[in-house]
Amino acid sequence: MTPEYRILTVLAALRLLLVPAYRSTDFEVHRNWMAITHSLPLEKWYLDETSEWTLDYPPLFAWFEWCLSQVARYIDPQMVQLESLNYASDACIIFQRSSVMVSELVLIAAVACACRGATEEKRVLMYLLILGSPGLLLVDHIHFQYNGMLLGLLLWSIIWIQEGRHIAGSIAFAVLVNMKHLYACLAPVYLIYLQRHYCRGPKAVQRFVALGAAVVAVCGVSFGPFVVAGQLPQILARLFPFGRGLCHAYWAANFWALYSCADKALAVILPRLGLPVTAPEAYMTGGLVQVTQFAVLPSPSPSITLLLVLLALLPCLFSLWQRPRPESFLPAAVYACLCSFMFGYHVHEKAILMVTIPMALAAADSQWNARQCFVLSTVGHVALMPLLFTEQEYPIKVLMVLLHTAVAYWMLCRVVNTKALTLLSRQQQAYLWGFAALEIYCAAVHPLIFASKLPFLPLLLTSVYSALGISFCWLQMAVCWLPYYSLSTHTNVQ
Amino acid sequence: MPVIDKQSAAISCIVLCGAALLARFTVGLHPYSGRGVAPHFGDYEAQRHWMEVTVHLPASEWYVDSKSNNLSYWGLDYPPLSGYQSWLFGQAIRSIEPDAVALHTSHGYESPHSKFLMRLTVVVSDILGKILDDAMCWSLSPNPGNSCVELTRDSKLCYAVFFPAVLLCLRVFGGGKTVHEKQWWLLVVLLQPAALLIDHGHFQYNNITLGFAAGAAAAIAAGHDCWGSMLFCLSLNHKQMSMYYAPAFFAHLLGKCLQKPSMTQQVFGVAKLGLVVVATFAVCWAPFLASPGGALQVLHRLVPVKRGLYEDYVANFWCVTSPVFKWRRVYTQQALVTMCAGASLVAALPSMIHQIMSPSPRGLLMGMANSALAFFLFSYQVHEKSILLALLPVTLLAFDQPVVAAWLPVWAALSMYPLLRKDGLSIAYLACLLLWLAVVAPRSSLQSEQQSPVQTGHAYTQSKRSRRLGPRVGAKLVGVSGPQLLHYASLLSLLPAACIHVAQCFVQPPAQLLHLYDAAFVTLSFVHIFSTAVYFNVSQWSLFMSLVSKKHSKRS
Repeated sequence: MTPEYRILTVLAALRLLLVPAYRSTDFEVHRNWMAITHSLPLEKWYLDETSEWTLDYPPLFAWFEWCLSQVARYIDPQMVQLESLNYASDACIIFQRSSVMVSELVLIAAVACACRGATEEKRVLMYLLILGSPGLLLVDHIHFQYNGMLLGLLLWSIIWIQEGRHIAGSIAFAVLVNMKHLYACLAPVYLIYLQRHYCRGPKAVQRFVALGAAVVAVCGVSFGPFVVAGQLPQILARLFPFGRGLCHAYWAANFWALYSCADKALAVILPRLGLPVTAPEAYMTGGLVQVTQFAVLPSPSPSITLLLVLLALLPCLFSLWQRPRPESFLPAAVYACLCSFMFGYHVHEKAILMVTIPMALAAADSQWNARQCFVLSTVGHVALMPLLFTEQEYPIKVLMVLLHTAVAYWMLCRVVNTKALTLLSRQQQAYLWGFAALEIYCAAVHPLIFASKLPFLPLLLTSVYSALGISFCWLQMAVCWLPYYSLSTHTNVQ
Repeated sequence: MPVIDKQSAAISCIVLCGAALLARFTVGLHPYSGRGVAPHFGDYEAQRHWMEVTVHLPASEWYVDSKSNNLSYWGLDYPPLSGYQSWLFGQAIRSIEPDAVALHTSHGYESPHSKFLMRLTVVVSDILGKILDDAMCWSLSPNPGNSCVELTRDSKLCYAVFFPAVLLCLRVFGGGKTVHEKQWWLLVVLLQPAALLIDHGHFQYNNITLGFAAGAAAAIAAGHDCWGSMLFCLSLNHKQMSMYYAPAFFAHLLGKCLQKPSMTQQVFGVAKLGLVVVATFAVCWAPFLASPGGALQVLHRLVPVKRGLYEDYVANFWCVTSPVFKWRRVYTQQALVTMCAGASLVAALPSMIHQIMSPSPRGLLMGMANSALAFFLFSYQVHEKSILLALLPVTLLAFDQPVVAAWLPVWAALSMYPLLRKDGLSIAYLACLLLWLAVVAPRSSLQSEQQSPVQTGHAYTQSKRSRRLGPRVGAKLVGVSGPQLLHYASLLSLLPAACIHVAQCFVQPPAQLLHLYDAAFVTLSFVHIFSTAVYFNVSQWSLFMSLVSKKHSKRS
């Protein structure tokens, strides 16, 4: 048995052990989508409102659910019925959990492909960082989602583009966006890179046409049947629900978490200075408000957030335009994901996986990469922990994050040949140790002092503290894309 | 960079313990025995009921049938230490969720919160005791010196329960091993699937019993015989099942006393240990000694002669041969009890004699394994869980017997599968076996390839020569070493087991043979467990023979 197979077996065992763990409403969401695609004709998929969890992913994901339902009906016919709301028999749980594990094979294959030719140490590191990521375990195998498969597609696309198989890479990306439109934030990077790197020279026009045809074909297969059925406006309305508010249930650790926190702070301070503030109802007490309201600062609209994302992305796109090298594609893609996480509208905390997983591909390349990857993934994992709030899972999530952090640190130090403890700067170390104090406060001190009062405070602290770290990482990366900074900093700086 | 090496060794030890903890918590997510099966439920309810009884009644009433303590409903039938442990955990749970242990009204009580608390108590008993500051740093450091001698006064305190005891064993038995070997050993002992599934899935507190026994072995091997005897008595007082080890400890300690030069010293040594045993028992039983019939009543509860030859499906001699020879129909119960006692003693005798003649630390572990196997295979009223007692010394011997240590737990887990399936633990079973095969099994083949016999110079350690005398019959013929051959054979022998598992999923057994699959699992495991018992007896004696021949050659 090679070490890779051993790691995979261990991780498979861990996933199996998590089968009876807590499931969020996403479990029912995906069951319901299976039921919709199984029981209704295509033109009603995006109209059905039997359950509150209506279909709001793009068509290819609906087709994926349809494929699952074709197997599911032999396992437990009840699970694909529209009426069986909140249905969770043992067979249903095992089937859905194993569908996540099986679909994750895409990611495993991508990692195996990315590791070809690497030393054993690097391969082990890659497997641990990507497949052993507690973020993936928490979100996919406990909370319940199919990110493993989607991230696998993303990695395949990146790998193919780096290898020069541009058409295959673009098709993979088109499929990905047609499964989850969140990944559309990468489109500018793809567009500019392919335009400048692939569509040039004497065959430029042919290549451009080929690329365009491939992408249009994928979109045609995905949206075509629905366009024919006259469902396009309905699908778009479902895909972009701007009524949901700037921040998700609890704040993702991004710029808007800092912004909201600043707003709350101002709302407390300004009245004391004699300035009148009209706070919206339940402004300070509402723990899990859907639409965040602002008391002092202006509320940003979706178009403003989009503008901010593009603005943040601009230096990267400019640099890519000037030097469209294959080795700068991955950092650019990572940076684009991070920008949309930082400034996007209604960002989920889970979206940090879009940054940390692709980033791990390059973690072993330089000390700079290793450091960024370690800090970002550690912060991201801690920021994901409040996703699970049941006490049964508490020791499990803490142990997973701690163990992964320890092993990742140790492996990264070994691979980038640094003596232990020099991978991070003093400040970074101090910042990361702060999470231990924060977690102790949230888990033990806060309930002791406030009992069940101020439930929002631990979440707020976690969000804001993680947002500080992620913002700093973003800033460091953004600076590297500025014109006077050589692109090589990403790959060569020691 | 010895400092960094030491640091990373300690960190890797913490990480491995953390991983073992993670495995325990995740297994705890799965169902437990008798979940929602009224009116009698299962072992989980038994433990919860004991907490209920011990928290609300004075100790003198724990073992007595009364209005408030109906002994026919999961009456306490473990020795006093189990009662104290139930009281301790019961108090903790009562302070958090009083309903879970309310007298009379809480039968079959389960809420997500109380399930978590109960599971937590099992994990706590794994790691309880003094957090091992120095033991940790020492146990994995690449050059621990002669660790047997360096046991500080301080670390005696952390013999207590499973994890500390295991780390202590590592310190005592792992002299001269590399860090990698030690890491592997730690995983073998901590991720052993059968114990993981029974304690954290099915729900029992075997980890306390086994922890005390492991601590006792470590203490005795390190030369602290009195501490060791005390710990073994504690183990006995937690579950009478550790009687299975009694012959080994008795023989080893007796042998050690007999090695002393003068007659008076020998007598004094035996008397000292006897005193320790009596004192430990007296302290444990103190609340029951006050009234005249108290102790007798407890004893009466502990010896379940009426419960039959074996429970359900056990991979022991009586159960496996019963389809061929109906023991229970031919012999009376009394005759069966005598037969069982005789057979187990005869089976344990060779290893006892060996230990009396030449006691050694590895001999002690071998003796523990041999007598536990003998009792498991031949004694009266054996549970499928009793195999855990044999697995502990076998896994502790992983340095010397990597192949057996890697494969016997698999067969033991298989022998428990009928039980685990009933509990709804099939997925956890599969996961634990996968984990074990991934982490432990590949290393065992590696281990046997290396075979680096490092001499520690300690009087107790096995000689180089005896290693060579291990069972490598015919090995040179095929070009592979004996252990390697054994490893491949074990891998191959898993095939029929896998076939039965697959068959069970898809083929219904015929109506007149409803328990066909259970019987098949048990028989298959029996073959392996029995051959392990034979093999271990042979290896224990080959240890001795090598010593004799060494002495012989020295003389000539």
